[in-house]
Amino acid sequence: MGSTGEGLGRRDLIKRSAALGLITVPTMSFLSACASGGGENSTKGPAKAPVTKENPFGVAKGGKLDVVVFKGGFGDDYAKAWEAAFDKKWGTTSSHLGTQEITAKLQPRFNGGNPPDVVDDSGAQKIPLDVLGKGGQLADLNAVLDAPSLDDPSKKVRDTLVDGAVEQGMLGGKYVVLKYVYAVSGFWYSGKLFKEKGWTAPKTWDEFLAVCTKAKEAGIGGLAHQGKYPYYINVVIMDLIAKKGGLDAVKAIDNLAPNAFEGNAAALAAVEAVYEVVEKGLLMPGTNGLTHTESQTAWNQYKAAFIPSGSWLENEQLKQTPEDFDMKFLPVPLLADSKMPLEAIRAGVDEPFIVPEKAANKAAGLEFLRSMLSREWSTIFAQQANSLTVVKDGVDPGVKLRPGTQSAVEALKAAGGNTFSYRYPDWYSEMDTEIQNASNELMAQRIQPKEWIKRAQAAVNKAAQDPNAKNNKRS
Amino acid sequence: MSHVAQGRGKYGFIAGFLFAPLALYLTFVIWPYVQTFGYSFTNWTGQSPTFDFVGTDNYAALLKDEVFRGALWHNLLLLVFVPLVTILLALFFAFMVNAGGRGGAGGVQGVGGSRFYKVVYFFPQVLSLAILSVLFGAIYRSDEGGLLNGFLTGLGLIDANHPVEWLNEPNLVLWCLLLVVVWHGVGFYLVLFSAAMQSVPKDIYEAALLDGAGRAQTFFKVTLPLLWDSVQTSAVYLGIAAMDMFVLVSTMTSGQFGGGPDHHSEVMSTVLMRNFLYFGKSGYACAMGVVMLALTMILSVITLRATRRERIEF
Repeated sequence: MGSTGEGLGRRDLIKRSAALGLITVPTMSFLSACASGGGENSTKGPAKAPVTKENPFGVAKGGKLDVVVFKGGFGDDYAKAWEAAFDKKWGTTSSHLGTQEITAKLQPRFNGGNPPDVVDDSGAQKIPLDVLGKGGQLADLNAVLDAPSLDDPSKKVRDTLVDGAVEQGMLGGKYVVLKYVYAVSGFWYSGKLFKEKGWTAPKTWDEFLAVCTKAKEAGIGGLAHQGKYPYYINVVIMDLIAKKGGLDAVKAIDNLAPNAFEGNAAALAAVEAVYEVVEKGLLMPGTNGLTHTESQTAWNQYKAAFIPSGSWLENEQLKQTPEDFDMKFLPVPLLADSKMPLEAIRAGVDEPFIVPEKAANKAAGLEFLRSMLSREWSTIFAQQANSLTVVKDGVDPGVKLRPGTQSAVEALKAAGGNTFSYRYPDWYSEMDTEIQNASNELMAQRIQPKEWIKRAQAAVNKAAQDPNAKNNKRS
Repeated sequence: MSHVAQGRGKYGFIAGFLFAPLALYLTFVIWPYVQTFGYSFTNWTGQSPTFDFVGTDNYAALLKDEVFRGALWHNLLLLVFVPLVTILLALFFAFMVNAGGRGGAGGVQGVGGSRFYKVVYFFPQVLSLAILSVLFGAIYRSDEGGLLNGFLTGLGLIDANHPVEWLNEPNLVLWCLLLVVVWHGVGFYLVLFSAAMQSVPKDIYEAALLDGAGRAQTFFKVTLPLLWDSVQTSAVYLGIAAMDMFVLVSTMTSGQFGGGPDHHSEVMSTVLMRNFLYFGKSGYACAMGVVMLALTMILSVITLRATRRERIEF
């Protein structure tokens, strides 16, 4: 039969067809660029204006601007407002497309060499960024980072961004993705409920338990969590570990240290603290089996005092939140002898914006991104999409935001440089899943904290054998 | 083959009609299986066209994988209970609807309102699995907002502060899912068995009744033997459904592609999908696919063999 011979032939076939595909894609765009490009482009495309300090990319007045954004949780009203502002300043005519079908709408355009000028490549149907990067489709955004900031021309844009924003937009050593949304995670509560009951925001874990106990006495649950998705309760556990053990504890977990959990006093204390909530019956009844929308809605109906989530919570729950709910953010309270202050919070970036390399009006695309990183546009986003951006202090203090976003802005200001983030969920999905499973068991009181530690360490040790473990290191 | 291809007229015509479906079948059914088999010997990640040949490593790892073994066990449990419970219920209802009524002067008939019952029983079959998972999600909801919990709390059977977390209870979750499958399936098999029963000549029943047979006797001595072909087919279909279960488990239980809590509702297809799409272990997932294919085929053959009986002509 010669099955091995057949197998090799088949693999060769796949490799060859894959190679052919890889060659064909750039070739096609090259050919079509030839067909439509060259002299024609310079007559049809906008003439380049001289580069000045106010106009670092040489945007010509009166050109066209083509913007495509993912119309998901943030809607697309913010983008329309931006385009109006851009048109007003530069005399451009912008076309807008808000869609969830990014791949279907854009793949033919990328292949044909006529991509839009700005793309928010997000959602379930996004085009993988590494694929675009390999095909040479992404413009280098370093120019944007090095251009003067619109708010303060003596500063570079680079220096107006929050810490870590630039690193997380790098692909193959180049800055090509502007991850625009900044999310902080922790607990949330209703300002109205707390005022009514005379409770104050807890600073320590003991105070947190005390509020939960009072809530239970008042006939409502203490802590609600999105039980069907243990990701959220893991935020609480991991943040407690980070705050008690400091950045070293975070790095030990991300770097898969043999004592990341086992033999780490901070980790055991954190898990025991969360378990105390379960043991004392301070969870909202039934919360362990609820989805994120079910539990968050119950919390919106004042059935629990606290819920863990990120700063996208307010926008996600917009329809379910009572008008006078007064949503408030609370950094995870401290355990005794914590190395980080109370104000320290977990923060991360997301929502990737790109400028295609072959965009017809690339200069305007880059200018659009520079404008996005201005305080004015950042404020527009915060107002329309109820979310923070990567612009440091990027929201105008005079502007009225929804209460949840407002409290996240204040928390971020108070945190200053005390922000941290975990990388292991992106790096080691299997380890993440196993720790989530363990947390689910812990919350259902089927395992004890010591067993949780054992299982988490086993997951770490298993991940250490992952081939990726060689490449993923943080210091 | 060559003389068929050469022959014009009748043979060419037949070959033309055979060739297109065969080509489609080979391209879209057989070729993916062959590919899966090939990939199962590689460390393909599913995200890049490059991979290495790793021999039977994936299969060796599969033997040691406790999650997959647990999933296999769950599939086997379902394989026994899904067909058994569904077919027994469907047979019982079908018999009641068609021949369970009081034997009057007119002979054999169903219980009163049997037409109405048939529609009601068939109704769940009309719903898609996606709707079903939302519906039963609301029934099994873990707080007092759930239908079951609300009902039981109202009766004072459970404490409102400790509702039953149906799908988050390791010992309950699989049975909760089984109930959904049975609820969904009974109607269809009821109609199938009804059709088979109606094709049984009435005089056989009448003869049985005249000889003084009771309902149970009529069922076991007359109905069941005459329905055996339908029952056998149903068992194979339900068995294949029990080997899959992907949609319900992945939408109703916790975890990436379901399987929670802590792998207690895991079935082979959910483990496969998680490895394929989420963990980036596509080669390993392909090995699972091959095992699933082999098991399903073996089980189908066993079911058909084990239930083989003398065919009764009527």
